Amino acid sequence: MRERRVKLSLLAALAIAIAGGTAVAQNINAAGATFPYPIYNRWFTEYAQAHPNVHINYQSIGSGGGIRQVSDGTVDFGASDGPMTDQQLSQAKVKVMHIPTVLGAVVPVYNIPNLNKELNFSGDVIADIYIGKIQKWNDPRIARDNPGVNLPNHQIVPVYRSDGSGTTYIFTDYLSKVSPEWQSKVGKNTSVKWPGPGVGQKGNEGVAGMVRQTPYSFGYVELIYALQNKMAFGQVKNAAGKFVKASPEGVTAAAAASAKNMPADYRVSITNAGGDSSYPISSFTWLLIPRQFSDPAKAKAVKDFLTWMLDKGENEAAGMGYAPLPAQVQAMVRKTITTIK
Amino acid sequence: MSSPIISVAQNPRQTDPSGAPQGSPVQQDVGPEAPKSAVRQFLMSRSSGKAADTTFSAIMLMCALSIFAIVLFILFILIARSKLSLSQFGFKFFTRSAWDPVSGDFGAFSFIYGTLATSLLALLVAVPLALGVAVFLTELCPQKLRAPISFVTELLAAIPSIVYGLWALFVLVPIMRDQLGPVLTKYFGWTHLFNGYNFGLNLLSASIILAVMILPIISSIARDIMLAVPISQREGVLALGATRWEMIRMGVLRNARIGIVGAIILGLGRALGETMAVTMVIGNHPEIPKSLFSPGYTLASVIANEFSEATGDVYLSALIEIGLALFLVTIVVNVIARALVWAVTRGAPARAH
Repeated sequence: MRERRVKLSLLAALAIAIAGGTAVAQNINAAGATFPYPIYNRWFTEYAQAHPNVHINYQSIGSGGGIRQVSDGTVDFGASDGPMTDQQLSQAKVKVMHIPTVLGAVVPVYNIPNLNKELNFSGDVIADIYIGKIQKWNDPRIARDNPGVNLPNHQIVPVYRSDGSGTTYIFTDYLSKVSPEWQSKVGKNTSVKWPGPGVGQKGNEGVAGMVRQTPYSFGYVELIYALQNKMAFGQVKNAAGKFVKASPEGVTAAAAASAKNMPADYRVSITNAGGDSSYPISSFTWLLIPRQFSDPAKAKAVKDFLTWMLDKGENEAAGMGYAPLPAQVQAMVRKTITTIK
Repeated sequence: MSSPIISVAQNPRQTDPSGAPQGSPVQQDVGPEAPKSAVRQFLMSRSSGKAADTTFSAIMLMCALSIFAIVLFILFILIARSKLSLSQFGFKFFTRSAWDPVSGDFGAFSFIYGTLATSLLALLVAVPLALGVAVFLTELCPQKLRAPISFVTELLAAIPSIVYGLWALFVLVPIMRDQLGPVLTKYFGWTHLFNGYNFGLNLLSASIILAVMILPIISSIARDIMLAVPISQREGVLALGATRWEMIRMGVLRNARIGIVGAIILGLGRALGETMAVTMVIGNHPEIPKSLFSPGYTLASVIANEFSEATGDVYLSALIEIGLALFLVTIVVNVIARALVWAVTRGAPARAH
């Protein structure tokens, strides 16, 4: 009796397995940026629940790895925090297009004991702290941005990301725009040659931990990390001359300000954007989608997902600390998706 | 005075696969006319002596050769993948200290310097301490304490390096920055080793955490080697009227020295390649450190930090060449260490016999 039941249940399991196998299951492999991983992971999980026959497997191996793997065709699509360069695009075996998904921001964090006021920073001041020109907290240029704050006469300890990261890319992209000296001496990249004194730590958590436990230190982390960990962070002066505290709204405002001049391939830097409420250290993050898939079913699955992302996914962004795409950009992306073959 | 410990230490080498199967010892023990024992009969029923021996020795030879194959394969891949950087920078790559991913200018010297400096400093701290632990455990320790101390020593070896790193970051670094650092600058500032701004993340912190990590390896191997020194050696030296310290120095340390050097080489190997813990406390600043308080960078750390986000072919190739540099540094350091052992022990047999 018992044996028969076991046999029956085995048969049933087999039948289900076969049925599952015969339905057109679509496995899509993707890899890339770590910064948007939390929201991508949520999107892919929710999408799989709503569409049981599509399974998107995303590995957060870093933007560099994402660009390499999609260019070589080893994954179905990639993701990156920094746009691909012209050279990378021309050398890629698989021709890809950039699809912006959400936006992120980078905020300055600091640790000054017994200071209760929020500090203001100008871009050129941040650049000179890392170059080593501003070495003391009571430097007149920091004091100028913070009238009435009693700044200590103490050495600044600059902390930066030692690992290559999209965060560093956005941050150095901003510094290159506001400081000619940074532009010529350092430039922008996922990791750079830090010109002045300071120490490197791995990951947002490394920089945040270092700043938290080191008095008089200064560093930079992703907005989402600072929000989730309830860290205090400084305001940054934007191109309109206003000091702005980072928020998803401020980031979307920066994107909206740049939307008018949005190029067709979306490879645009929105750091130091105009507009009173724009937060200046902001950036898109992109999915790297091949222009043409060899398998039409796969192309359709990816297109369906992207449409779902615009319809449903974008609404979840702000709740997770990411800024959603501004409406104009969403409309542009909708048109671009239709060109995927 | 014979030194049996040397033969103990060399024993494993004599059992290499090419030497092992010459003549089966069981066959020599039992003469042809002697009655076959139950064990012998069982063995004969199970195997056909010669064929089994040859097969066994061939399999063992393959195991031994696979080590060569693995090392050569690693070397081949490292060179093949770093071709771009090798052709662009040549051998100057190993002597230049530029590292600028933006302009694509790469050199490994500051990383090689950091790796060697932290590893050697770690040895400087760990070796005396480890030998002290080993001598105490084998010669002086009361029986009751012996088991707990060796257990805790071996426990240290089992702690994952990320845990050491976290401990260093949250405990060692603040102590280095606020308590130990100022004291060192005040009393030893004249050596110029403790100058400059002390971030807490520096060469010294990295070396100390490395020393803690290699301490259990060196001390537990050294202890085993010292335990292998026959008791008659100790008794002989004591009978000649030596003090306890003289007995340890002449009877134990002298006989065990090759094994001890082997233990130190193993510890050095771990120090050179250690990645996580060092990355967390060294400061990751690619410059030739001017003092022990300067942040530095090691070969293993830069690979761990930058590999996943490296864009650009030359950048990636340069990072793989950093791996090649680490491989070569390990080989060179090991060769030097072996040469040292050879130099130290060359005259030994003449004096010992």
